[in-house]
Amino acid sequence: MRPVYVVSGGVSRFAKSRKELTFQGMAKEAFRYAMNDCPKLSLEHIDGSVTSYFSDHFLGQLKAGAMVQDYLGLVPKPSKRVEGGGATGGLCFQAAYEAVASGRMDICAALGWETMSHVNTWKGNEFIALASDTNFDYPLGGFYTGYYAMMVMRHMHEFGTTEEQMAKVSVKNHANALHNPYAQKHLKINVQDVLNSPMVAYPLKRLDICLMSDGAACVILASEKFAKKFGKKLVRISGIGAGTDAMRMADRPHGKVPLLPHESPSDYRNLKYPGVHSFRAGRMAAIEAYRMAGIKNPLRDLSFVELHDAYTSSEIQTYEDLGLCEYGEGGMFIDSGASALGGTCPVNPSGGLLACGHPVGATGLMQAVFALWQLQGTIAKHFGNSKLQISNAQRGLIHSHAGTGTYVTVSVMEKA
Amino acid sequence: MKNLKRLKPIVLPKHYEIDYIHSYGQDSPFFPGLARKKLLGTKCRKCGYKYATPRMSCMQCGSDCEWMEVPHEGRIHSWTKCYYGSEAFLDETPYFLVLVEFDGMDTLFLSRLKGVKDEKKVQIGMPVKAVFAKKPEYQITDVWFEIRR
Repeated sequence: MRPVYVVSGGVSRFAKSRKELTFQGMAKEAFRYAMNDCPKLSLEHIDGSVTSYFSDHFLGQLKAGAMVQDYLGLVPKPSKRVEGGGATGGLCFQAAYEAVASGRMDICAALGWETMSHVNTWKGNEFIALASDTNFDYPLGGFYTGYYAMMVMRHMHEFGTTEEQMAKVSVKNHANALHNPYAQKHLKINVQDVLNSPMVAYPLKRLDICLMSDGAACVILASEKFAKKFGKKLVRISGIGAGTDAMRMADRPHGKVPLLPHESPSDYRNLKYPGVHSFRAGRMAAIEAYRMAGIKNPLRDLSFVELHDAYTSSEIQTYEDLGLCEYGEGGMFIDSGASALGGTCPVNPSGGLLACGHPVGATGLMQAVFALWQLQGTIAKHFGNSKLQISNAQRGLIHSHAGTGTYVTVSVMEKA
Repeated sequence: MKNLKRLKPIVLPKHYEIDYIHSYGQDSPFFPGLARKKLLGTKCRKCGYKYATPRMSCMQCGSDCEWMEVPHEGRIHSWTKCYYGSEAFLDETPYFLVLVEFDGMDTLFLSRLKGVKDEKKVQIGMPVKAVFAKKPEYQITDVWFEIRR
């Protein structure tokens, strides 16, 4: 495997609804931005692509990836579409990485999008709920907010996590998003606003939950030779990891924690893991990525994290899966301010999914674009202000998560 | 041409419907089991892992599983009250979902919790028991749980 660099990125404006553009138009908007930000790179230099979108149901259009390939002028080059629920973008990023790392391609475009505005909100929820066991879970009226609610209820029971701590995650991410022009929502809120928002599935309320969006994102990956030829302020992918777990929450085992290098068995003597309170897939992804990137203590070794906060509770749970704190201490972690913009390890400085929106196929790639700009030090150029620029960012982590923790990807990027 | 380009995007409704021919395949026995007021799970032939929600292939060791009976009495492992849901279920809201744990079983069972309206009356650890539909429809909804007093 040879080194792979992230050369450029682009994000289309995430919005509740972009009726003026088809999915092809949105994909082109993100792709064009990435290409324009790398002026020496032109269409003929790209060797192939990987496309990503989650649900054929939103448009009723199958093989949408093939349509974007021809719309952008990438035919007849190789391409494939990757699907993995909420981790679709993260999986796409890793598939593009593999195309370059293996030597198959020198320059690969990773393109993701989702158009969720073409059905009403509750129909959208229904489609997403079909990504659960349709014999045993879905027909009970299972839907994603319900599943995540049951998981946080157990987390609260095991560890004492509170609704206020969850609300603080929403307040933090919305506050960050005020300075991100790409974010769908620019909302000034406090803890009480979150606690007062309508209950969707106890204890998750409207402001604990991410937004459905229309959006697209793109990253261009290249081998070292071409990264140096076309790019500037190089960023290298230094760690790749992924994990899986049972589709049905009911099937999750109650065993032992797979440990990160800085943890010891006595940390978790009485904990039955993952149960429904934690994401074993996320822990496995972190283990693999940290090993590859040489990360021994993530809180110390990472400058920032963009993680998959589809729910405020997911952010708290993911702090633990990534080893930023011990299992059970996620609530204390948000309380401590460590994950705030000025904290030791800012989490979701962009505003995350909660405020930016979650056009499923694009999200994992959006994180890669924001991480690229952080590491290049170019946030001011792309956001129009430097409020969210983390000073001297050296190494960042992006995390993409599917289902109730069925696929999770963790990728580490660092300043080259 | 100039006027056509100045128009707002054309947006209109589009309808699509599907009737599936669905088979439960190797999981089939579970459903007539419910009709006979039996809660069936499975057990791995090789490693003995016991699944409260049936699966014919073992997640732990990859071997085949065989059918077994699951106790009707368990405890709440986790729960939620859904105020909203998928569009197909909106008219049933609010409803309670429950993950039930059983003594002697290694995994849990997701179901509805009925007979309760107030979330303040529900707690993790409460004893629950299985109730079976009088008119089975060969769906997972032919069984649900109620709080055991």
